[in-house]
Amino acid sequence: MSESLFRISPGFEEVMPVEYRELVTNGPCGREVGVSDLGTFKELIEEHPLCAGCNMGLALRLILASLPKPEDTVIVGSTGCSSLAFTQVAVHNIHSLFGNQNAVASGLKRALRLRFPDKVKDVVVIAGDGATVDIGLDMVMQSWFRRERITTIMLDNEVYANTGGQESGMSPQGTVLNMAPLGKRFPKVALPEIAREAGCAYVATISPAQPKRLERMVRRAILTAREVGPTYVQIFCPCPTNFKFRPNEGLQKIKQRQKEGTFQVREYVSPEAQAFLAELEGADHEK
Amino acid sequence: MTASEYRVLPGPEGYLPPAAACMGVMLPEPGEALVEGKIVPEEDALQKIAEKLLAARNPVFFPGPLVLWAWREGVAEKAKAVVELVEAAGARIIPMPDYRPKYPMINPAVEINPNHPNLTIWHNRIDVGVFVGVHCHYANVALKIIRGGTDCYTIALCGEMGHEDAMITLRDVDAAKLRRLTEVVKTRAQARPARAAGAHERR
Repeated sequence: MSESLFRISPGFEEVMPVEYRELVTNGPCGREVGVSDLGTFKELIEEHPLCAGCNMGLALRLILASLPKPEDTVIVGSTGCSSLAFTQVAVHNIHSLFGNQNAVASGLKRALRLRFPDKVKDVVVIAGDGATVDIGLDMVMQSWFRRERITTIMLDNEVYANTGGQESGMSPQGTVLNMAPLGKRFPKVALPEIAREAGCAYVATISPAQPKRLERMVRRAILTAREVGPTYVQIFCPCPTNFKFRPNEGLQKIKQRQKEGTFQVREYVSPEAQAFLAELEGADHEK
Repeated sequence: MTASEYRVLPGPEGYLPPAAACMGVMLPEPGEALVEGKIVPEEDALQKIAEKLLAARNPVFFPGPLVLWAWREGVAEKAKAVVELVEAAGARIIPMPDYRPKYPMINPAVEINPNHPNLTIWHNRIDVGVFVGVHCHYANVALKIIRGGTDCYTIALCGEMGHEDAMITLRDVDAAKLRRLTEVVKTRAQARPARAAGAHERR
């Protein structure tokens, strides 16, 4: 239970805002809860200032519910829509300069290993496509080359959304946006393939349309990063504001893209990660 | 104005008040304290804090994470001493449970946030605010914002070396020093029974 991890000092219980009290009494820390339990525990994010129908908001909610050990997790974010939501997230998180997230996460992971040698601390990068594939690609790839034991999660909305709609490396070829009126001339960057070649032990692409699968992939990525090497999860979350569809059409859009073949759910597991996960999941299954 | 003449007084001082340290205000040595930018003996500061608390229309304590959460041994004792002081002063508590900026807005009725503490001061019409158990860097940010945008009189009960940007600051504040301050407040309150009895009715 969270109460064994976090205790309010005596005398302050009554004045503590209710959301903190609920995080202590009914939060996910120190408990085996996940996506299937949403609605039964106090979530690590409940409010955010993202647009109505934002699939990134939904993805973030699912990611946070999937963290294997939120109390020992530090999230590193970057500039973009997601950074607006992180101000409300009840997990340690660091906002890095635009594009620096994987460099910051590398240093953080190493420092945490020195500071807490007897504890496992998960460092998870959660950033948008602009921060990951455009502005921060150098830092992202260098962290993979160095085999840093961090998980990189890209929230792929295929656009620089909160600056008015410029094309990003992840926008599909031909995409017309507010600030890309002629349509994008180049194809979407194949970052999963690059991640695999750059040394990631586990690579997956998923969307919030499949919550349970997303949970499994996020957990696998974080657990693999602890023991084997860097991991990468790309979460497709199309933007209703810039791609101009209704807030309630997000999941429909994802499914449509899946049908067209322009978005695919995929998973690559390196042989080393495969052996590790087989052992881990076998042990879990026996429990 | 030369640096040595700078006084740390209630604002509003403007959008970007200078850091008191940049204006030459130095932190006190052990056994000393700062009152409005001047170094004084600690005992004088205790008396001044008691005076300000008892004269306030709406004194509020802002305990921070270092004292709100029982994160290590000794914190519970300090928390108890803070609560006793709050009761002696007839004050209220509005907590600062963490430092998340919580964009776009916090609930100023129930919490204070170092990134926009002025919202809580304005919302609750607080005329004397006491910081205790807030990490130094966030206390500095909050105290400067309060001085810049409000007329709240700030007091920092600091466990380390004190805060130049508070109107009064004590340093090395532990449970024993909090209890000593409580004694001073009680003694002064007894000398001014009307304030102590009427404190709650006036709010």
